[in-house]
Amino acid sequence: MASSIRVRATSNGDLTEVQTLIQHPMDTGLVKDAKGELIPAHYIQELRFAWNGKDVFVANWGTAVSKDPYVKFSFKGAQKGDELKISWTDNKGASDETTAKIA
Amino acid sequence: MTARTYLLLGSLSAALVALALASPRVSAADKTDPAADAKAFQNFFFQKFPNVKHDDFVNGPYSMNEDMKRQWQEKEEFPPYEFALDAGKEMFATPFRNGKTYADCFPNGGIGIRQNYPYFDTKEGKVVTLELALNRCREANGEAPYSYVKDEMASLTAYMAFTSRGKPFDIRIPDDPRALEAFENGKRYFYTRRGQMNFSCASCHVQSPGERIRAEILAPALGILNAMPIYRSEWSGMGTISRRFITCNSQTRAVPLEPQADEYRDVEYFLSYVANGLPISGPGARP
Repeated sequence: MASSIRVRATSNGDLTEVQTLIQHPMDTGLVKDAKGELIPAHYIQELRFAWNGKDVFVANWGTAVSKDPYVKFSFKGAQKGDELKISWTDNKGASDETTAKIA
Repeated sequence: MTARTYLLLGSLSAALVALALASPRVSAADKTDPAADAKAFQNFFFQKFPNVKHDDFVNGPYSMNEDMKRQWQEKEEFPPYEFALDAGKEMFATPFRNGKTYADCFPNGGIGIRQNYPYFDTKEGKVVTLELALNRCREANGEAPYSYVKDEMASLTAYMAFTSRGKPFDIRIPDDPRALEAFENGKRYFYTRRGQMNFSCASCHVQSPGERIRAEILAPALGILNAMPIYRSEWSGMGTISRRFITCNSQTRAVPLEPQADEYRDVEYFLSYVANGLPISGPGARP
Protein backbone atom coordinates (compact mmCIF):
# COMPACT_ATOMS: atom_id res chain seq x y z
CA MET A 1 0.00 0.00 0.00
CA ALA A 2 1.35 3.36 -0.97
CA SER A 3 1.87 5.99 1.68
CA SER A 4 -1.22 7.82 2.88
CA ILE A 5 0.68 11.10 2.67
CA ARG A 6 1.31 13.08 -0.49
CA VAL A 7 3.64 15.99 -0.11
CA ARG A 8 5.20 18.67 -2.25
CA ALA A 9 7.65 21.14 -0.79
CA THR A 10 9.15 23.87 -2.94
CA SER A 11 11.54 26.61 -1.92
CA ASN A 12 11.87 29.96 -3.65
CA GLY A 13 15.08 30.75 -1.76
CA ASP A 14 13.40 32.49 1.13
CA LEU A 15 10.09 30.76 1.76
CA THR A 16 9.38 27.05 1.56
CA GLU A 17 5.84 26.23 0.54
CA VAL A 18 4.55 22.88 1.69
CA GLN A 19 1.44 21.20 0.29
CA THR A 20 0.14 17.95 1.75
CA LEU A 21 -2.75 15.66 1.00
CA ILE A 22 -3.47 12.91 3.51
CA GLN A 23 -5.72 9.95 2.88
CA HIS A 24 -7.82 9.42 5.97
CA PRO A 25 -11.56 8.80 6.56
CA MET A 26 -11.78 11.42 9.37
CA ASP A 27 -15.03 9.92 10.69
CA THR A 28 -16.78 12.16 13.17
CA GLY A 29 -18.62 9.44 15.06
CA LEU A 30 -21.94 11.12 14.22
CA VAL A 31 -22.62 9.50 10.87
CA LYS A 32 -24.62 6.29 10.41
CA ASP A 33 -23.78 3.63 7.90
CA ALA A 34 -26.23 1.90 5.57
CA LYS A 35 -27.43 -0.38 8.39
CA GLY A 36 -28.15 2.61 10.63
CA GLU A 37 -25.23 1.86 12.96
CA LEU A 38 -23.04 4.76 14.03
CA ILE A 39 -19.65 4.77 12.37
CA PRO A 40 -17.21 5.17 15.29
CA ALA A 41 -15.09 8.29 15.38
CA HIS A 42 -11.80 7.86 13.57
CA TYR A 43 -9.75 10.97 13.07
CA ILE A 44 -6.19 12.29 12.96
CA GLN A 45 -5.25 13.72 16.33
CA GLU A 46 -1.81 14.99 15.60
CA LEU A 47 -0.08 16.03 12.42
CA ARG A 48 3.59 16.97 12.57
CA PHE A 49 6.00 18.52 10.08
CA ALA A 50 9.63 18.40 11.16
CA TRP A 51 12.48 20.04 9.28
CA ASN A 52 15.96 18.88 10.31
CA GLY A 53 14.41 17.33 13.43
CA LYS A 54 12.76 20.60 14.44
CA ASP A 55 8.96 20.92 14.40
CA VAL A 56 7.85 23.63 12.00
CA PHE A 57 4.13 22.86 11.99
CA VAL A 58 2.11 20.85 14.48
CA ALA A 59 -1.67 20.47 14.28
CA ASN A 60 -3.89 19.03 16.98
CA TRP A 61 -6.99 18.00 15.19
CA GLY A 62 -10.43 16.79 16.18
CA THR A 63 -13.38 15.56 14.20
CA ALA A 64 -14.06 18.89 12.51
CA VAL A 65 -11.52 18.37 9.74
CA SER A 66 -12.72 16.91 6.46
CA LYS A 67 -11.99 13.52 4.97
CA ASP A 68 -8.66 13.34 3.08
CA PRO A 69 -7.34 16.60 4.57
CA TYR A 70 -5.29 19.01 2.53
CA VAL A 71 -2.79 21.26 4.31
CA LYS A 72 -0.77 24.09 2.85
CA PHE A 73 1.62 26.37 4.74
CA SER A 74 4.99 28.01 4.31
CA PHE A 75 7.96 28.55 6.58
CA LYS A 76 11.30 30.32 6.41
CA GLY A 77 14.85 29.14 6.73
CA ALA A 78 14.97 25.87 4.80
CA GLN A 79 17.32 25.20 1.90
CA LYS A 80 16.61 23.27 -1.29
CA GLY A 81 17.49 19.62 -0.72
CA ASP A 82 16.64 19.66 3.01
CA GLU A 83 14.50 16.85 4.35
CA LEU A 84 11.03 17.37 5.72
CA LYS A 85 9.45 14.64 7.84
CA ILE A 86 5.66 14.44 7.95
CA SER A 87 3.84 12.19 10.40
CA TRP A 88 0.35 11.73 11.78
CA THR A 89 -1.27 9.67 14.50
CA ASP A 90 -4.98 9.08 14.84
CA ASN A 91 -7.30 8.32 17.74
CA LYS A 92 -7.11 4.58 17.07
CA GLY A 93 -3.34 4.64 17.45
CA ALA A 94 -2.67 4.20 13.74
CA SER A 95 0.05 6.36 12.26
CA ASP A 96 1.97 6.99 9.09
CA GLU A 97 5.02 9.01 8.16
CA THR A 98 6.98 10.01 5.12
CA THR A 99 9.92 12.21 4.24
CA ALA A 100 10.14 14.64 1.37
CA LYS A 101 13.02 16.55 -0.15
CA ILE A 102 12.51 20.27 -0.54
CA ALA A 103 12.73 21.11 -4.22
CA MET B 1 -62.44 16.95 -60.83
CA THR B 2 -59.83 19.63 -61.32
CA ALA B 3 -56.27 18.96 -62.21
CA ARG B 4 -55.25 20.02 -58.74
CA THR B 5 -57.36 17.30 -57.11
CA TYR B 6 -55.77 14.73 -59.37
CA LEU B 7 -52.40 15.99 -58.31
CA LEU B 8 -53.32 15.78 -54.67
CA LEU B 9 -54.72 12.29 -55.05
CA GLY B 10 -51.67 11.31 -57.00
CA SER B 11 -49.26 12.57 -54.38
CA LEU B 12 -51.37 11.02 -51.65
CA SER B 13 -51.22 7.60 -53.23
CA ALA B 14 -47.50 8.07 -53.81
CA ALA B 15 -47.12 8.84 -50.12
CA LEU B 16 -49.10 5.76 -49.22
CA VAL B 17 -46.90 3.64 -51.44
CA ALA B 18 -43.84 5.20 -49.85
CA LEU B 19 -45.24 4.41 -46.39
CA ALA B 20 -45.88 0.84 -47.39
CA LEU B 21 -42.35 0.51 -48.70
CA ALA B 22 -40.68 2.04 -45.68
CA SER B 23 -39.55 -0.37 -42.99
CA PRO B 24 -41.86 -0.40 -39.99
CA ARG B 25 -39.02 0.83 -37.74
CA VAL B 26 -38.31 4.28 -39.15
CA SER B 27 -39.98 6.26 -41.86
CA ALA B 28 -37.77 7.88 -44.45
CA ALA B 29 -38.22 11.36 -43.02
CA ASP B 30 -36.71 10.75 -39.56
CA LYS B 31 -34.05 8.21 -40.29
CA THR B 32 -31.42 8.03 -37.58
CA ASP B 33 -28.27 9.75 -38.74
CA PRO B 34 -25.79 9.71 -35.83
CA ALA B 35 -23.06 11.52 -37.74
CA ALA B 36 -25.36 14.44 -38.53
CA ASP B 37 -26.64 14.41 -34.94
CA ALA B 38 -23.12 14.59 -33.54
CA LYS B 39 -22.20 17.43 -35.87
CA ALA B 40 -25.31 19.39 -34.95
CA PHE B 41 -24.77 18.69 -31.26
CA GLN B 42 -21.17 19.88 -31.32
CA ASN B 43 -21.97 22.92 -33.43
CA PHE B 44 -24.69 23.94 -31.00
CA PHE B 45 -22.14 24.18 -28.19
CA PHE B 46 -19.40 25.69 -30.34
CA GLN B 47 -21.79 28.46 -31.37
CA LYS B 48 -23.26 28.93 -27.91
CA PHE B 49 -19.77 29.29 -26.41
CA PRO B 50 -17.61 30.77 -29.16
CA ASN B 51 -14.84 31.65 -26.69
CA VAL B 52 -14.39 28.15 -25.34
CA LYS B 53 -11.69 26.12 -27.08
CA HIS B 54 -13.19 22.92 -28.44
CA ASP B 55 -11.01 20.60 -26.40
CA ASP B 56 -11.83 22.58 -23.27
CA PHE B 57 -15.44 21.35 -23.15
CA VAL B 58 -14.22 18.13 -21.56
CA ASN B 59 -13.35 20.13 -18.45
CA GLY B 60 -17.04 20.62 -17.75
CA PRO B 61 -17.92 23.56 -15.53
CA TYR B 62 -14.30 24.76 -15.55
CA SER B 63 -14.61 25.61 -19.23
CA MET B 64 -17.51 27.90 -18.36
CA ASN B 65 -16.05 29.98 -15.55
CA GLU B 66 -12.61 31.61 -15.33
CA ASP B 67 -12.53 31.83 -11.56
CA MET B 68 -13.45 28.20 -11.02
CA LYS B 69 -10.95 27.23 -13.65
CA ARG B 70 -8.10 28.91 -11.78
CA GLN B 71 -9.03 27.17 -8.55
CA TRP B 72 -9.22 23.86 -10.36
CA GLN B 73 -5.84 24.33 -12.03
CA GLU B 74 -4.31 24.89 -8.62
CA LYS B 75 -6.07 21.79 -7.34
CA GLU B 76 -4.78 19.75 -10.28
CA GLU B 77 -1.26 20.10 -8.86
CA PHE B 78 -2.56 17.87 -6.10
CA PRO B 79 -5.51 16.13 -7.66
CA PRO B 80 -8.02 14.62 -5.23
CA TYR B 81 -8.43 11.53 -7.43
CA GLU B 82 -4.78 10.63 -7.02
CA PHE B 83 -5.39 8.03 -4.31
CA ALA B 84 -8.06 6.30 -6.38
CA LEU B 85 -5.77 6.36 -9.39
CA ASP B 86 -2.96 4.65 -7.48
CA ALA B 87 -5.35 2.08 -6.05
CA GLY B 88 -6.70 1.42 -9.55
CA LYS B 89 -3.24 0.94 -10.98
CA GLU B 90 -2.46 -1.59 -8.26
CA MET B 91 -5.79 -3.42 -8.70
CA PHE B 92 -5.35 -3.55 -12.45
CA ALA B 93 -1.98 -5.26 -12.09
CA THR B 94 -3.05 -7.68 -9.35
CA PRO B 95 -3.91 -11.12 -10.76
CA PHE B 96 -7.23 -12.83 -9.99
CA ARG B 97 -7.21 -16.06 -7.98
CA ASN B 98 -6.90 -18.00 -11.24
CA GLY B 99 -3.74 -16.11 -12.15
CA LYS B 100 -5.29 -14.10 -14.98
CA THR B 101 -5.50 -10.30 -14.92
CA TYR B 102 -7.77 -7.60 -16.29
CA ALA B 103 -5.31 -7.17 -19.13
CA ASP B 104 -6.32 -10.60 -20.46
CA CYS B 105 -9.91 -9.43 -21.02
CA PHE B 106 -9.15 -6.33 -23.04
CA PRO B 107 -7.56 -5.44 -26.35
CA ASN B 108 -4.06 -3.97 -25.93
CA GLY B 109 -4.01 -5.24 -22.34
CA GLY B 110 -6.56 -2.62 -21.34
CA ILE B 111 -4.07 0.23 -21.75
CA GLY B 112 -5.13 3.31 -23.72
CA ILE B 113 -8.48 1.91 -24.85
CA ARG B 114 -10.99 3.84 -22.76
CA GLN B 115 -11.83 6.10 -25.73
CA ASN B 116 -13.38 3.09 -27.53
CA TYR B 117 -16.00 2.45 -24.83
CA PRO B 118 -18.95 2.06 -24.82
CA TYR B 119 -19.13 -0.05 -27.96
CA PHE B 120 -22.05 -1.87 -29.58
CA ASP B 121 -21.73 -5.63 -29.27
CA THR B 122 -23.24 -7.09 -32.43
CA LYS B 123 -23.42 -10.59 -30.89
CA GLU B 124 -25.40 -9.49 -27.87
CA GLY B 125 -27.25 -6.75 -29.72
CA LYS B 126 -26.60 -4.32 -26.87
CA VAL B 127 -24.26 -1.54 -25.81
CA VAL B 128 -21.33 -2.65 -23.65
CA THR B 129 -19.83 -0.04 -21.36
CA LEU B 130 -16.38 -0.14 -19.79
CA GLU B 131 -17.85 -0.70 -16.32
CA LEU B 132 -19.89 -3.63 -17.60
CA ALA B 133 -16.90 -5.10 -19.42
CA LEU B 134 -14.82 -4.88 -16.23
CA ASN B 135 -17.40 -6.73 -14.16
CA ARG B 136 -17.89 -9.35 -16.88
CA CYS B 137 -14.14 -9.81 -16.87
CA ARG B 138 -14.24 -10.39 -13.11
CA GLU B 139 -17.11 -12.86 -13.35
CA ALA B 140 -15.49 -14.75 -16.23
CA ASN B 141 -12.50 -15.24 -13.95
CA GLY B 142 -14.53 -16.43 -10.99
CA GLU B 143 -14.50 -13.17 -9.02
CA ALA B 144 -17.51 -11.39 -7.54
CA PRO B 145 -18.56 -8.29 -9.49
CA TYR B 146 -17.91 -4.85 -8.00
CA SER B 147 -20.55 -2.27 -7.22
CA TYR B 148 -21.03 -0.06 -10.26
CA VAL B 149 -21.06 3.18 -8.32
CA LYS B 150 -18.46 2.66 -5.65
CA ASP B 151 -14.80 2.88 -5.00
CA GLU B 152 -13.23 -0.13 -6.71
CA MET B 153 -15.03 0.40 -10.01
CA ALA B 154 -14.17 4.09 -9.93
CA SER B 155 -10.53 3.30 -9.20
CA LEU B 156 -10.27 0.80 -12.05
CA THR B 157 -11.95 3.08 -14.59
CA ALA B 158 -9.84 6.00 -13.30
CA TYR B 159 -6.68 4.10 -14.13
CA MET B 160 -7.95 3.02 -17.54
CA ALA B 161 -9.05 6.57 -18.35
CA PHE B 162 -5.67 7.88 -17.23
CA THR B 163 -3.87 5.61 -19.71
CA SER B 164 -6.08 7.09 -22.46
CA ARG B 165 -5.69 10.74 -21.53
CA GLY B 166 -5.57 12.99 -24.56
CA LYS B 167 -6.87 10.34 -26.94
CA PRO B 168 -10.02 11.48 -28.72
CA PHE B 169 -13.28 9.64 -28.11
CA ASP B 170 -13.70 7.14 -30.94
CA ILE B 171 -17.13 5.57 -30.65
CA ARG B 172 -18.33 3.53 -33.61
CA ILE B 173 -21.89 2.80 -34.60
CA PRO B 174 -21.85 -0.37 -36.69
CA ASP B 175 -24.20 -0.71 -39.65
CA ASP B 176 -26.78 -2.57 -37.60
CA PRO B 177 -30.36 -1.44 -37.07
CA ARG B 178 -30.10 -2.43 -33.40
CA ALA B 179 -27.09 -0.16 -32.93
CA LEU B 180 -28.96 2.73 -34.50
CA GLU B 181 -31.91 1.94 -32.27
CA ALA B 182 -29.65 1.98 -29.18
CA PHE B 183 -28.27 5.37 -30.21
CA GLU B 184 -31.78 6.67 -30.87
CA ASN B 185 -32.99 5.30 -27.55
CA GLY B 186 -30.14 7.01 -25.70
CA LYS B 187 -30.97 10.26 -27.44
CA ARG B 188 -34.62 9.84 -26.52
CA TYR B 189 -33.73 9.21 -22.88
CA PHE B 190 -31.51 12.29 -22.85
CA TYR B 191 -34.22 14.62 -24.18
CA THR B 192 -37.25 13.16 -22.36
CA ARG B 193 -38.57 15.08 -19.38
CA ARG B 194 -39.22 13.03 -16.27
CA GLY B 195 -39.60 13.19 -12.53
CA GLN B 196 -41.29 15.62 -10.21
CA MET B 197 -39.28 18.57 -11.57
CA ASN B 198 -40.15 17.61 -15.15
CA PHE B 199 -36.51 17.95 -16.18
CA SER B 200 -34.74 16.14 -18.93
CA CYS B 201 -30.95 15.70 -18.95
CA ALA B 202 -30.95 18.38 -21.64
CA SER B 203 -32.85 20.89 -19.48
CA CYS B 204 -29.65 21.49 -17.54
CA HIS B 205 -26.81 20.32 -19.71
CA VAL B 206 -27.94 21.65 -23.11
CA GLN B 207 -30.19 24.55 -22.18
CA SER B 208 -28.22 25.98 -19.26
CA PRO B 209 -24.54 25.04 -19.18
CA GLY B 210 -22.51 27.78 -17.51
CA GLU B 211 -25.55 28.88 -15.50
CA ARG B 212 -25.59 28.49 -11.77
CA ILE B 213 -27.65 25.86 -10.04
CA ARG B 214 -27.38 27.04 -6.46
CA ALA B 215 -23.63 27.39 -5.93
CA GLU B 216 -22.66 25.06 -8.75
CA ILE B 217 -21.98 25.74 -12.39
CA LEU B 218 -23.71 23.40 -14.81
CA ALA B 219 -21.48 21.45 -17.14
CA PRO B 220 -22.12 21.29 -20.89
CA ALA B 221 -23.41 17.94 -22.13
CA LEU B 222 -20.71 17.99 -24.78
CA GLY B 223 -17.71 16.13 -23.39
CA ILE B 224 -19.43 15.42 -20.09
CA LEU B 225 -18.29 11.79 -20.07
CA ASN B 226 -14.71 12.49 -21.16
CA ALA B 227 -13.60 13.26 -17.62
CA MET B 228 -15.24 10.22 -16.01
CA PRO B 229 -14.80 8.85 -13.43
CA ILE B 230 -14.74 11.95 -11.25
CA TYR B 231 -13.86 12.91 -7.74
CA ARG B 232 -16.70 15.12 -6.61
CA SER B 233 -16.18 17.31 -3.62
CA GLU B 234 -19.92 16.99 -3.05
CA TRP B 235 -19.48 13.22 -2.63
CA SER B 236 -16.07 13.58 -0.98
CA GLY B 237 -15.16 10.60 -3.08
CA MET B 238 -15.03 9.08 -6.50
CA GLY B 239 -17.99 8.28 -8.70
CA THR B 240 -18.49 6.37 -11.92
CA ILE B 241 -20.66 7.21 -14.90
CA SER B 242 -23.38 5.02 -13.38
CA ARG B 243 -23.26 7.04 -10.19
CA ARG B 244 -23.52 10.29 -12.14
CA PHE B 245 -26.62 9.13 -14.02
CA ILE B 246 -28.28 7.89 -10.84
CA THR B 247 -27.63 11.10 -8.89
CA CYS B 248 -28.75 13.21 -11.87
CA ASN B 249 -32.04 11.34 -11.88
CA SER B 250 -32.60 11.60 -8.15
CA GLN B 251 -31.63 15.29 -8.07
CA THR B 252 -34.39 16.05 -10.54
CA ARG B 253 -36.67 13.87 -8.38
CA ALA B 254 -37.03 11.18 -10.95
CA VAL B 255 -36.75 7.50 -10.14
CA PRO B 256 -33.22 6.34 -10.92
CA LEU B 257 -32.74 3.12 -12.85
CA GLU B 258 -30.51 0.25 -11.87
CA PRO B 259 -26.84 0.85 -12.74
CA GLN B 260 -26.11 -0.42 -16.26
CA ALA B 261 -29.80 -0.58 -17.16
CA ASP B 262 -30.35 -0.60 -20.92
CA GLU B 263 -31.39 3.07 -20.97
CA TYR B 264 -28.25 4.13 -19.10
CA ARG B 265 -26.08 2.13 -21.45
CA ASP B 266 -27.83 3.70 -24.42
CA VAL B 267 -27.57 7.24 -23.08
CA GLU B 268 -23.87 6.66 -22.41
CA TYR B 269 -23.56 5.44 -26.01
CA PHE B 270 -25.30 8.56 -27.30
CA LEU B 271 -23.34 11.02 -25.15
CA SER B 272 -20.00 9.40 -25.93
CA TYR B 273 -20.70 9.28 -29.64
CA VAL B 274 -21.63 12.96 -29.90
CA ALA B 275 -18.35 13.76 -28.09
CA ASN B 276 -16.32 11.91 -30.72
CA GLY B 277 -13.06 13.74 -31.42
CA LEU B 278 -12.85 15.37 -28.00
CA PRO B 279 -10.01 14.09 -25.81
CA ILE B 280 -10.40 11.82 -22.79
CA SER B 281 -9.48 13.85 -19.70
CA GLY B 282 -10.40 11.39 -16.95
CA PRO B 283 -10.14 10.91 -14.12
CA GLY B 284 -11.52 14.35 -13.33
CA ALA B 285 -12.34 16.50 -10.35
CA ARG B 286 -15.62 18.36 -9.98
CA PRO B 287 -17.00 20.61 -7.27
